[in-house]
Amino acid sequence: MHEMAMAQGVMEIVESYAKKSNATKVRTIALLIGEMTGVVFESLEFCFKATAKGTIAENAEMKLKSIPLIGHCNDCGNESHIENYNFFCPQCGSAKVDIISGRELRVEYLEVD
Amino acid sequence: MEVQVMQDILGSNDKLAAENKKIFDEYGIFVLNLIGSPGAGKTSLLEKTIGSLKNHLRLAVIEGDLFTSKDADRIADHDVPVIQINTSGGCHLDAMMVKKVLSKLDLQNLDLVIIENVGNLVCPAEFNIGEDTKAVVLSITEGDDKPLKYPLIFKEASAVVLNKIDILPFTNFDMENARHDINCLHPGISIIETSCRTDNGLDQWCSWLRAAAYEKNERMKKNNG
Ligand SMILES: Nc1nc2c(ncn2[C@@H]2O[C@H](COP(=O)(O)OP(=O)(O)OP(=O)(O)O)[C@@H](O)[C@H]2O)c(=O)[nH]1
Ligand SMILES: [Mg+2]
Ligand SMILES: [Zn+2]
Repeated sequence: MHEMAMAQGVMEIVESYAKKSNATKVRTIALLIGEMTGVVFESLEFCFKATAKGTIAENAEMKLKSIPLIGHCNDCGNESHIENYNFFCPQCGSAKVDIISGRELRVEYLEVD
Repeated sequence: MEVQVMQDILGSNDKLAAENKKIFDEYGIFVLNLIGSPGAGKTSLLEKTIGSLKNHLRLAVIEGDLFTSKDADRIADHDVPVIQINTSGGCHLDAMMVKKVLSKLDLQNLDLVIIENVGNLVCPAEFNIGEDTKAVVLSITEGDDKPLKYPLIFKEASAVVLNKIDILPFTNFDMENARHDINCLHPGISIIETSCRTDNGLDQWCSWLRAAAYEKNERMKKNNG
């Protein structure tokens, strides 16, 4: 259940940004979660509810945006979704494919009062 | 009102991990984060590794364990410094836990620190703790489908140890398929087949580790003057 550690990470970020903007209530927490991350959104949501009890973010809604796993080929420049975790370039067969998205675990924005 | 944030959820862990790494760098110590399912053979591999490396490298071990000191006791029997971290149920080590025990290490007199993470193939993959690199131990009885089911750790690691090959004949583990999937997931990654029972492949594993440690030790000696 490392989602508990992640929920605490979200809470730290939420509290610091809520404070900076003098918010009295956090309504929405928007998250960017990459396809290739070890997180189950439902358990993160569950853990966050427990963490947020009695805080400024109690009852805040978590919004999830999933980010697809995209690779960039350093040899031919191809950019495409990585299928079945096969990191060889589908266009030229190169092994030099870097992940350009899909590893995000990020708070994107908050909606606060 | 909308407030833009764009902050990494694990940002504070990453920051601490970078601080740990900086300390290890200052002393030129190579740090390995060893990850694998419960019972994959991490401690067994470590015991064998210590036996073969301790006359060549000054090494210490950090043992992550949920509640017990069983693994740390096994390592202590080999006469190398070992530090125990109990996570009290936590499914992974984090950078803060490692930071807290740094002062117990004789940093000035070490070349290699191996950190055995809590037995788990999923959670530890997201948490850097200050390591130079990760290695993952997958045992034959877990099945050859595991790399694609738990891809992240195989992407993050720079070596995969396929352990318990002595029992291959009694399983339906398809070695070719496992190697194929791991290589697609992480082209060029070192895949090392071992048995801690027969000692098969342990030389190859120890050479890999020794070379990685040596490279950093030398590079840091130059950098740090
Ligand atoms: N047959 C066989 N058994 C092995 C091998 N390596 C380890 N074992 C056995 O597998 C069991 C688990 O090994 P450990 O080294 O404790 O595994 P671990 O990954 O450290 O386990 P945790 O720390 O509890 O996650 C022990 O009974 C070992 O003797 C191997 O190569 N072959
Ligand atoms: Mg162990
Ligand atoms: Zn290409």
